[in-house]
Amino acid sequence: MCDFCYNHRQMADLTRDDILKLARLARLDLTDDEVAEYSTELTEILQYVELLQGVDVAGLEPTNQVTGLTNVTRADEVHDYGYTPADLLKGVPAVEGDQIKVKRMIG
Amino acid sequence: MAGWLPIAEIAAGVRAGELKAADLVERALAVIEAKAEYNAIIATTADRARERAAAVDAGDNQGRLAGVPFIAKDNFLVFGADTTAASNILRGFDAPYQSTAIEKLEAEGAICVAKANLDAFAHGSSTENSDFGTTFNPVDKTRVPGGSSGGSAAAVMLELAPFALGTDTGGSIRLPASYCGAVGLKPTYGLVSRSGVVAMGSSLDCIGPLTKTVADAALVLDVMAGRDDLDSTTIEKDSYVDLGIAPKAKIGVIKEYMGEGLQPAVRTQIEAAIERLKAAGHEIVEVSLPSLPAALAVYYILCPAEVSSNLSRYDGQRYAHTYKDAKNLDESYMKSRSTGFGKEAKRRIMIGTYVLSSGYYDAYYKKAQTVRTKIINEFAAAFEGIDFLIGPTAPGTAFKIGENVADPLQMYLVDILTVAANLAGVPSISVPAGLADGLPIGLQIMAPQRADRALLEIAKQTEGLLA
Repeated sequence: MCDFCYNHRQMADLTRDDILKLARLARLDLTDDEVAEYSTELTEILQYVELLQGVDVAGLEPTNQVTGLTNVTRADEVHDYGYTPADLLKGVPAVEGDQIKVKRMIG
Repeated sequence: MAGWLPIAEIAAGVRAGELKAADLVERALAVIEAKAEYNAIIATTADRARERAAAVDAGDNQGRLAGVPFIAKDNFLVFGADTTAASNILRGFDAPYQSTAIEKLEAEGAICVAKANLDAFAHGSSTENSDFGTTFNPVDKTRVPGGSSGGSAAAVMLELAPFALGTDTGGSIRLPASYCGAVGLKPTYGLVSRSGVVAMGSSLDCIGPLTKTVADAALVLDVMAGRDDLDSTTIEKDSYVDLGIAPKAKIGVIKEYMGEGLQPAVRTQIEAAIERLKAAGHEIVEVSLPSLPAALAVYYILCPAEVSSNLSRYDGQRYAHTYKDAKNLDESYMKSRSTGFGKEAKRRIMIGTYVLSSGYYDAYYKKAQTVRTKIINEFAAAFEGIDFLIGPTAPGTAFKIGENVADPLQMYLVDILTVAANLAGVPSISVPAGLADGLPIGLQIMAPQRADRALLEIAKQTEGLLA
């Protein structure tokens, strides 16, 4: 079974555990109040969007873009837009040299 | 204080030396201060605006918008003030480069004087969902201005500047235009580059102007539109100035937009507007797009899905806000995002994560993209026989502050008449159609993709008929 599969349950019936799992996937640390609130609200919103299950889409393909553009490419050349790495890093919380510094990954 | 002149006249006056950009900027800044109680503005870019005005007065950028002050929604990257998208997670973010739209406006001499309030990350329909407080409707301070470009719409109607920029993912330019009495234009998808604008739903996001007149909106669009190497979804532009007299057209009234749920006074006003168009010689027919009632459900799957992806970059590592006491990277992600995002951003990230998750992707996301195809096909079929589609911009007038805050689904429903244009990528404009129960409402006109010029011509005529 996949990491996040609810096929054995009624769709759009979100429990507290479901919300916690989703929050973990989305890297959100929710308070108990938020968990309670979101399980009610998300269930309601998902029940609303379930009206799509009744729409007949036989023979139709999903839309991926709307204006018909295909293969937008440009020459593989370096452009100078007038910015230095330092300009682009100026709002970053922690920088070392020209790189973004992050906390340790493990431990 | 009398209102602003038409934008083309202001610029002509500056170029002729009859008006000073410095005076125009000071006037805008003075009105912004005088109307601060409406909370339409997050921050001014006063220092930079004054510098740019001095440069214009010295002969720089004497273009089509020479010296014209404007206000950008605070999800556009602009020099001279932080770009916050009205979210705490971006508080203190000083943009390293500017949006293409801003660069194009500046090249023609326009001067950004302030950043407008919005629902955080443009998530909302009322501007109540801002970490900088709600914006008040200029007509009635107990009511919302609509959203998410509520600060921009209020700014234009309060005459803080001659025009403001907004973004429209599901109605965020047109809805506040309707609620405040402004003209709000969402062009064809891809007509204006989104480079340097905080992304929400990338297959839906459009940039457009909020103005007092259609001619002003057309001029601003003309400057901003066109291909941009920094946004590969952009398309070629047409000319949107020197608009001609709208030819006699066949106009379809969307049956599904005139059904139950319309506020009675809105219906009366829209029907009266339709009669005016008929009297002006246009052929009016009723058109049905039977899948439109499903559009909002499609939108509320696709939009959060794209939001959950676009907002993953706010991880505490790249922008201003970070949780300093985290012990490791994972905790830094979790705590930075949780302390930085507001309720609605979290709600949409959660929905988006759910509909994209393994086991549900086909049932929600793929299904929604397929129903989107059906809606696009219905628009295409309708536009085979008729030139424009019309209906109300919103089912009702501006609601009371606080009325929908506790019920997210009810809040989403106010976008029910605007989201379809985003799903289909067609241009749509909200033109003021008078008052309903004492509050402004808009008539929405839609045209086929790339028919923005024809849309502006009919909108200009409509504006005259309804004035």
